[in-house]
Amino acid sequence: MIHLERRPTPSRAWGAASPLLAVALTMVAGGLMFAALGKDPLEALRTIFWDPVLGEFAWYFRGQILVKAGPLILIAVGLALGFRAGVWNIGAEGQYIVGAICGAAAGLVFYPTDSVRIFPFMVVFGAFGGIAWAMIPALLKVRLGTNEILVSLMLVYVAENLLASAAVNWLRNPDAVGFPGSRNLARWDASANLELIEGTGIHWGVVAALIAVIFAHVMLTRHLMGFQVRLAGASPRAARFGGVNTGRLIVLCLGFSGMLAGMAGLFEVTGPAGQISIDFASGYGFTAIIVAFLGRLNPLGIVAAGLLMALTYVGGEAASANLGLPSAAISAFQGMLLFFLLAVDVLTNFRVRVGKGVAA
Amino acid sequence: MTLKTLLAGAMALGLATPALAQDDPVKVGFIYVGPIGDGGWTYQHDQGRLAVEEHFGDAVETVYQESVPEGADAERAITQMALQGADLIFTTSFGYMDATNAVAAKFPDVKFEHATGFKREHPNVSTYDARFYEGRAVTGTIAGHLTETNKIGYIASFPIPEVIQGINSSFLHAQKVNPDIEMVVTWAYTWFDPAKEADAARAMIDQGVDVILQHTDSTAPQAAAQEANENGGRVFTFGQASDMAEFKPTPRVASIIDDWSPYYIERVQAVIDGTWEQQASWGGMPEGEVVIGEITDAVPAEVKAEAEAMIAAITAGEYHPFTGPINRQDGSAWLAEGEVAEDGALLGMDFYIEGLTGDIPN
Repeated sequence: MIHLERRPTPSRAWGAASPLLAVALTMVAGGLMFAALGKDPLEALRTIFWDPVLGEFAWYFRGQILVKAGPLILIAVGLALGFRAGVWNIGAEGQYIVGAICGAAAGLVFYPTDSVRIFPFMVVFGAFGGIAWAMIPALLKVRLGTNEILVSLMLVYVAENLLASAAVNWLRNPDAVGFPGSRNLARWDASANLELIEGTGIHWGVVAALIAVIFAHVMLTRHLMGFQVRLAGASPRAARFGGVNTGRLIVLCLGFSGMLAGMAGLFEVTGPAGQISIDFASGYGFTAIIVAFLGRLNPLGIVAAGLLMALTYVGGEAASANLGLPSAAISAFQGMLLFFLLAVDVLTNFRVRVGKGVAA
Repeated sequence: MTLKTLLAGAMALGLATPALAQDDPVKVGFIYVGPIGDGGWTYQHDQGRLAVEEHFGDAVETVYQESVPEGADAERAITQMALQGADLIFTTSFGYMDATNAVAAKFPDVKFEHATGFKREHPNVSTYDARFYEGRAVTGTIAGHLTETNKIGYIASFPIPEVIQGINSSFLHAQKVNPDIEMVVTWAYTWFDPAKEADAARAMIDQGVDVILQHTDSTAPQAAAQEANENGGRVFTFGQASDMAEFKPTPRVASIIDDWSPYYIERVQAVIDGTWEQQASWGGMPEGEVVIGEITDAVPAEVKAEAEAMIAAITAGEYHPFTGPINRQDGSAWLAEGEVAEDGALLGMDFYIEGLTGDIPN
């Protein structure tokens, strides 16, 4: 008989080794799937993991990995803080959308004037939009005890409808002969969030993600607030007895994650996406939840997780285009990676015993 | 170093050289908005790709990427195709417009063809579209005859000129054969979302709609109609973008098929010959780009004959679906007796014609 025995404390060795083991297992299982689809598994894996980083056109794709990872990391850092405190913001996608709409609208008011103050102004409004959208579940939870998971998630659908109405109606580009979508913000000098160093993919959103990571790391390890967050997550009762103001913590955690999601939306709409369109929401807010957990809710881990996730997107797209792999196979491959990461995690908390064990 | 100088360097090294040497096959890329198995819009573009492969054999190599979102990811997908040495790239959805033009600026030696857009900012960008409203005239005529409740449903995607042309054309021709007709338009705000499309179809059927036209790409409305018919209903549908033949003979009684093969073959040939030039193409039934699929026996013979006569007249260039007198929804005159709509007016169409109820969400 094989059974699992809970470790007294999580194993540090397995904590470090399990992501590597998971990636290895994904490569084996994914390779088998690619082979079953009639493709050369080694070539497929090389296209996904190797080519974007070290291949022929890596000079372009490395930047694209950062473009893709930037918003994921920025949102995930905010979410992780809340998740550690037991505050479950599932609606970052909605905060991301509302941040983008608010920021874009604030900027478009000044179109077509040109001023260096417009972009910072838009960033502030983007952050404000994200905070405002996150305050709805926060205040409802504090005042009325509603479930923030449901409220924040439902507000994503409201945000998507706001986005559609903005794209076809009140933010629509008046010069676009009846077509939906706002003016292209990446082509207006005052609002364009372009690469800061050409060819690197680093735009303001990537810089903001880096700052957020450092800020969150310092706060969690060095500041009283970070201690309260960890305490509230580990033991809510102890936290209350310890004088932690839970209501304030909920508002702060949701507000912080909403702010970062809103800023991510603004950086995206002024840069890579360029415009408010009906398809602007690309799922970053949901993927960031996965990134937060992959990174073990640790800011530095989130950087690694965000980069890995971005790599599978960029490499997966390349594999789909160059090798003719169906896009569903790429999604399945990403799913495998997440599955193995979570499955192997069992080894961190449990020991595998073979033989007759004590009845559990 | 800028991207351009990097590219120039890469090209000098022969890494990203567009394969124009005679023995090399011409590489043709396709960017799709949905999965190739969507049974509608993307499926038809992929059929066009396969037709190119069959026509040119070893002289071309095709690549494609499916389910490319119309946001930030499109530019990367198009760039990566250009980097891989594509000589000609078809970007097959409206939302790729800015991305296509942005990539075209960086790859002046690669030709780009953007479907259904209007921006041609660089000499290496062409646009192409099909006159779907010609097909809508035929399906509208059949719908006007088939309905018993006098309520026709229309599942619309986005309020853009192409979609509004379709609504106006179907309504105009349904009304011609059945003056009591009422059209219920539902905006789905998606090109492809089976769940949403099915919901829209069911809601319409509940309202008494018995003929459904769609400008969305999935077969979900067909399935919803079939389900209603199995429960004693009498609902008819039309295939959209592709034939949707699996729902024959009812609920699907006819279809509008987008056939991109003639256009794709023509443009690939132009690249091979070195005669490719920027253009804005808008073909229809005469060019074989808009085709009406089999009209089934569920349609009475005289209605079928009427529809076929209309197809013949449009194909021969004798009849334009938007021929006056036509008034706008507010009653003001749009086209005078015998006047034919100009392309410019159609490409910017943002109003309903007289008799349609409701507002365009603008």
